[in-house]
Amino acid sequence: MKVPLWKIAHARSGDKADRADIGLFARDAETYAVLKREVTRERVAAHFAAMISGPVEIWPLDNLLALKIVLNGALQGGAARSLRMDNLGKSVAAQLLRMEIETGSDPGQTPVSRR
Amino acid sequence: MKSVRIGAGLGFYGDSWLPIRASIERGGVRYIASDHLSELTLAILQKDRQRDPGTGYARDCVPMLADLWPLAAKHGVKFVLNAGGLNPEGAREAIARLFRERGWRATIATVSGDSVLEKLDALREAGEALSHMDSGADIATVRERMLFANAYLGAQPIAEALARGADIVLTGRVADAALTLGPLVHELGWRWDDWDRLAAGLTVGHLLECSGQGSGGNFGSAGAWAEIPDYAHLGYPIAEVREDGTAVITKPPGTGGRVSFDTVRQQLLYEVHNPHAYYSPDVVLDMGTLRLADEGGDRVRVSGASGAPRPARLKVVGGYHDGWMGSGIVGFAWPDAYAKCEKAAEIILALARERGWTFEDTCVEYIGYNSLLGANADPSHRDELNECFVRIAVRTKDKKLADAFGRLFPWLGLSGPPYIGTMKGVAPAKELLGIWPTLVRRDLVESKVEIGMERVG
Repeated sequence: MKVPLWKIAHARSGDKADRADIGLFARDAETYAVLKREVTRERVAAHFAAMISGPVEIWPLDNLLALKIVLNGALQGGAARSLRMDNLGKSVAAQLLRMEIETGSDPGQTPVSRR
Repeated sequence: MKSVRIGAGLGFYGDSWLPIRASIERGGVRYIASDHLSELTLAILQKDRQRDPGTGYARDCVPMLADLWPLAAKHGVKFVLNAGGLNPEGAREAIARLFRERGWRATIATVSGDSVLEKLDALREAGEALSHMDSGADIATVRERMLFANAYLGAQPIAEALARGADIVLTGRVADAALTLGPLVHELGWRWDDWDRLAAGLTVGHLLECSGQGSGGNFGSAGAWAEIPDYAHLGYPIAEVREDGTAVITKPPGTGGRVSFDTVRQQLLYEVHNPHAYYSPDVVLDMGTLRLADEGGDRVRVSGASGAPRPARLKVVGGYHDGWMGSGIVGFAWPDAYAKCEKAAEIILALARERGWTFEDTCVEYIGYNSLLGANADPSHRDELNECFVRIAVRTKDKKLADAFGRLFPWLGLSGPPYIGTMKGVAPAKELLGIWPTLVRRDLVESKVEIGMERVG
């Protein structure tokens, strides 16, 4: 089934030069395997097609159950020359959390780790 | 085993220092590592210094120390701050003046030599291309417009200043994490080629450099953010670091916020590019071997850092003048709030066109609809919004034009669509800055680094 990322993961974004970068964090190992499989460079590039002019890079971190995602050419040249309200890319992670992925079975709604 | 506790200071110029009190009073910290400089803060400081050569530092360090020093002195806590900005000596003078007025004693050190703006041509002659790290562009295209250019120095001069007896170390541009790594190396006696321990220190510094973001602030999530306790009294993160490089991230007891596996890993990957090669002047960290163990009770154990030898070149970030932004904001109430915003944008842009104004770039965003989510905004409720604001921003080389653009907006108040909300949004021209990241051979910079010491009282 199709599920938006916000139901199963959490994320924070920031800026460096003309890049927005996102950490995407799975709640558990099972969800991490799904993220690793489904959150591909192609899909992320398509999700941000209107905003970015460069390639997408993704590094999976098995030890953190996380994906590091970098959007190149995402900030109109950089935060201090961007005309946007979100010149620092702080809400880029929220944009990513709206992306839908295929999860197989219903994963429910738990974005953070269970203690 | 020997260990030391270091507390986070500010995370940006203008951040609150009040949470630091709890770290000193009941967090057991020996040092506060305070980061006042974001990537482009130096541009603000450069403008200050052009107006008054005595300034050019992050001025919040003076009231901050005025407030915290009596407590810090009582607990034997030292400060490492990059608040020196473009003028560490100026910051030292201001603080020394304050301390003399109050009759306080301290040894204040400065670390300077990071600015390369005046040396760009000499560096070029020494064979450094200084081309843009990402695009490869020639620096000649922006050389005349460069407002600042500073190398990111490492932790060595900070550790040395502490070894010479500094109570307060004021630096210019250093790697943010160096503010923490310096005291760690000084206290724990790590060697400068012990890459794994330096990598562990870099990890800790990175976790502390954004103040509240390391302890539950800005916890990016749907719903879960609301479970962070007591934001109003959020405690800044504290690291307890052992000689072997393992660390516990925590926060002062009785404060808000949360230190957990989730909040710590969010900060760990924040503003990181390749996590297997996180560069600093002192070591290159691979985050792929790190282990985060949530011990509960706002304690997360961090271990397993792997380091590779420090890079041969230092990163330099320059900022150059890149035109002006003109902008205005106007809002409308229901009914047809979004449609009226669209109409207002159409009117403003038509007026600009009729005046013969042209812009290099125009950005129209609807606040309350898509100004933060962009193309990923959900359009299904767009036409039923209770209210909506439109913001139009333009890019131009002409400052007068940028100023004039905002002044098109007030006319809408009586002659545009109905139920207009505000006219507060007319903004004056704002200078835009391009950023110039580049690399430079470290010996060309490090040979010019100076440590100054002043004893007050």
